[in-house]
Amino acid sequence: MPETGPPSVRSEGTIYHVKRGREGTVMEIEDFCLWYELAQALFNVSMGVEKGLVTALIGPSGCGKSTLLRSINRMNDLIDGVKVSGQMLVEGFDIYGPGVDVIALRKTMGMVFQKPNPFPMSITDNVTYPLKVDGITDKRVLAQTAETALKAAALWDEVKDRLHENALGLSGGQQQRLCIARAVAGDPDVLLMDEPCSALDPVATGKIEDLIDELRGKYTILIVTHNMQQAARVSDNTAFMYLGRLIEYGLTSTIFTNPRVEKTMEYVTGRFG
Amino acid sequence: MVPTTTKDRSEGREEANPRTPPESRSTSGKAPKACSLSARGEPFLWGFGGSLAIGIMMILGFMTLILWNGIAAFYPKPLQVVTLRDGTLVAGEPIRTESFQPQEESPGKGDKEHGESPSAGPIPALRTLYRIGNFDLYNEDFRWVLESSVEKTATPPDLFFVERLEWGPFVGTVQSIDLAGSQIGGPSLSTNELYSAVEQAAERRAGIRSVERGDIAAVNYEMEEARLALKKAGLKYGPRSPEYQAAEKGYADRSAVLAERYRALEARAHELKSQDAKFTITLADVSGREKVQKLSDVVRMYPANLLSVFQKLRIYASRWWELLSQEPREANTEGGIMPAIFGTCVMTIFMALAVAPFGVVAALYLREYARQGRMVSAVRIGINNLAGIPSIVYGVFGLGFFAYMIGAGIDGLLFPERLPNPTYGTGGLLWSSLTLALLTVPVVIVATEEALAAVPQSSREGSLACGASKWQTVKYIVLPRAMPGIMTGLILAMARGAGEVAPLMLVGVVKLAPELPIDHFFPYIHLERSFMHLGFHIYDVGFQSRNSEAAKPMVFVTTLVLITLIAVMNAAAIYIRNRLKRKFSAGGF
Repeated sequence: MPETGPPSVRSEGTIYHVKRGREGTVMEIEDFCLWYELAQALFNVSMGVEKGLVTALIGPSGCGKSTLLRSINRMNDLIDGVKVSGQMLVEGFDIYGPGVDVIALRKTMGMVFQKPNPFPMSITDNVTYPLKVDGITDKRVLAQTAETALKAAALWDEVKDRLHENALGLSGGQQQRLCIARAVAGDPDVLLMDEPCSALDPVATGKIEDLIDELRGKYTILIVTHNMQQAARVSDNTAFMYLGRLIEYGLTSTIFTNPRVEKTMEYVTGRFG
Repeated sequence: MVPTTTKDRSEGREEANPRTPPESRSTSGKAPKACSLSARGEPFLWGFGGSLAIGIMMILGFMTLILWNGIAAFYPKPLQVVTLRDGTLVAGEPIRTESFQPQEESPGKGDKEHGESPSAGPIPALRTLYRIGNFDLYNEDFRWVLESSVEKTATPPDLFFVERLEWGPFVGTVQSIDLAGSQIGGPSLSTNELYSAVEQAAERRAGIRSVERGDIAAVNYEMEEARLALKKAGLKYGPRSPEYQAAEKGYADRSAVLAERYRALEARAHELKSQDAKFTITLADVSGREKVQKLSDVVRMYPANLLSVFQKLRIYASRWWELLSQEPREANTEGGIMPAIFGTCVMTIFMALAVAPFGVVAALYLREYARQGRMVSAVRIGINNLAGIPSIVYGVFGLGFFAYMIGAGIDGLLFPERLPNPTYGTGGLLWSSLTLALLTVPVVIVATEEALAAVPQSSREGSLACGASKWQTVKYIVLPRAMPGIMTGLILAMARGAGEVAPLMLVGVVKLAPELPIDHFFPYIHLERSFMHLGFHIYDVGFQSRNSEAAKPMVFVTTLVLITLIAVMNAAAIYIRNRLKRKFSAGGF
């Protein structure tokens, strides 16, 4: 049975009461700060991510939750003028250390974006894209992976008859599940989801949430969301961020029912944000 | 509502009392005046629509002019015989009639004109331009005939319009033909016999040509190759070396064989020619002057006034076929433009092949790899300004840099045996294509950059998040998606390049190219050869030829062909682009 540690305070006054995963932490973020040019976006964020659990990042717009998520697979490198300090350890390995192979790092993490972004190619080609960039051309392997990934993303039954049609012909919800299939096809350890349901209707959102539930345990999932019911439904742990700081990080049920910090209470009850 | 009513009232009053001074209107009509015109309607709509209409009218007018003149140029016109009051006979195709101010040639006239009003000047008169042909007899092709000096006009059925290889057309009657001794003349000569004689003559002409331009040219080519091989050996091993002596001996044997073959072919050509010269036709102009002509010099002849519409269409079609498939003759004003069409196509294709990768790679670096900053902005401004440089400057650059620097270097390294005759060290197909590629590269870069910028960032992120490298992202995601836009840039570049003339005059286009840039001699594609180009052909025929009036139909027809060619190439590129577009925009969330 995972246990909840006693409330503890680390840097920047963050309150922790995290549900521990069976397999320990996969990721340790220590004093992580990030600047866009001169504007600081993250202030001394420290948190551990439990392996195999779903961790939700919530907070008002502009609080830095997406920035934090995108720091984990170094997507922020694409933006000119980004500087970081602090440490981010994945399985004990400093991903901002010298000589890190960013491409290899990204291969260990799948990412799902706010808007579905399938590539303008066939459904199979979309799903097997991570294999394609690895240079795998064996048709059997590709077809097998596509089937596995599409089944994992609960899309197989809907698309199995039109695997070679253009992915842009799918509906929005199907496209997003296709993106999830693509993210898991590369066999990552971590899934990063950046508001995956914000562009979808309630039915599609429900399917994605069910899917996240199914993927729990197989992958460590970090999900950024604006929808607090969603965070409450799908996540084990929730981190509340505000103005670039991690305010409270702990068991989801506690965050939503009995948060230890006044600010969290105000946010989850909808008094601001 | 209030301003409207006020306005209505003020207008109503003005109508009822039209003498109301404008001052009273200004007091009562304050409300509508305060409201500006642009807020109440679309006052500029006329301007927008008008400028579009003017643009469309100009394009339509231009296209109509080209189409009308180009399409009608080859349709056989009737022949007229005009009897003038002084008894002179003029026979020819009426080209056009116009009114003009006859100039009286009295000496003091010029001084008087300054003081007098124009109404006192001479009455306008009508005159008609006739294409009388027979340049070898009259020393002129065209003649103006004053309407007032015409006694009568007739269209005799026996008048022929004869197109010849030399001296332009002949207008007159057929007296007789001499088929190697058997003379057929007068009424016993049927049209069918005449036509079959002309056809046979055309076959003989083709036979002579195939010997001269085919076999003899091949022998000459081999001879030149052997001479160059010898010279190469001399340059490589030195004139005293045993290798050179061996080569010299080989050359002597080879040239002896070739010379033997050459003599045989020459004899054969001579025999064919002397045989051919026995077939003649005797023509007579309208006043009875006779002209004996080799039958094989006749390209086409027809009794213009006897033709049915169907026969006229056949002649029309055969003229178009000649235009598209034959080489030019008579200083380009007659015959075909096939080498020019071929040269234009080949040059444009090579240009596209050169400009596409170069422009796309440059734009990729600028947009995907370079750090966006002041330096990149400066480069971008520079590229945009490149598009404003006069094209003749590119021509000068191409000649100096490509031909005289790089070309001379290539000659020194690879073709030393041909020096001092330049191979690549002078204008040619390759340098023309590269010069035009340089000229059009800004268009491709700008279009490609815009196409790359239009690829959504989320696609790039999606690919990178899958663990793709930047190059893989560009290759698999960005470039395919930007391809329609890149194609648009390429289409624009091709249209611009195909219609460009000025720089080509310096870097390889000639009035008459003896050989096509692609033929059956190794290495089949001769990038160093000069070539013909439709744009230059228009300029040359229209402005540099002996008789601009005779060249006029050719100018219009060539323009029509050039525009059609560009339209076809663009249509092909647009078709490809639309197919790509469909692939990348299906559905779309």
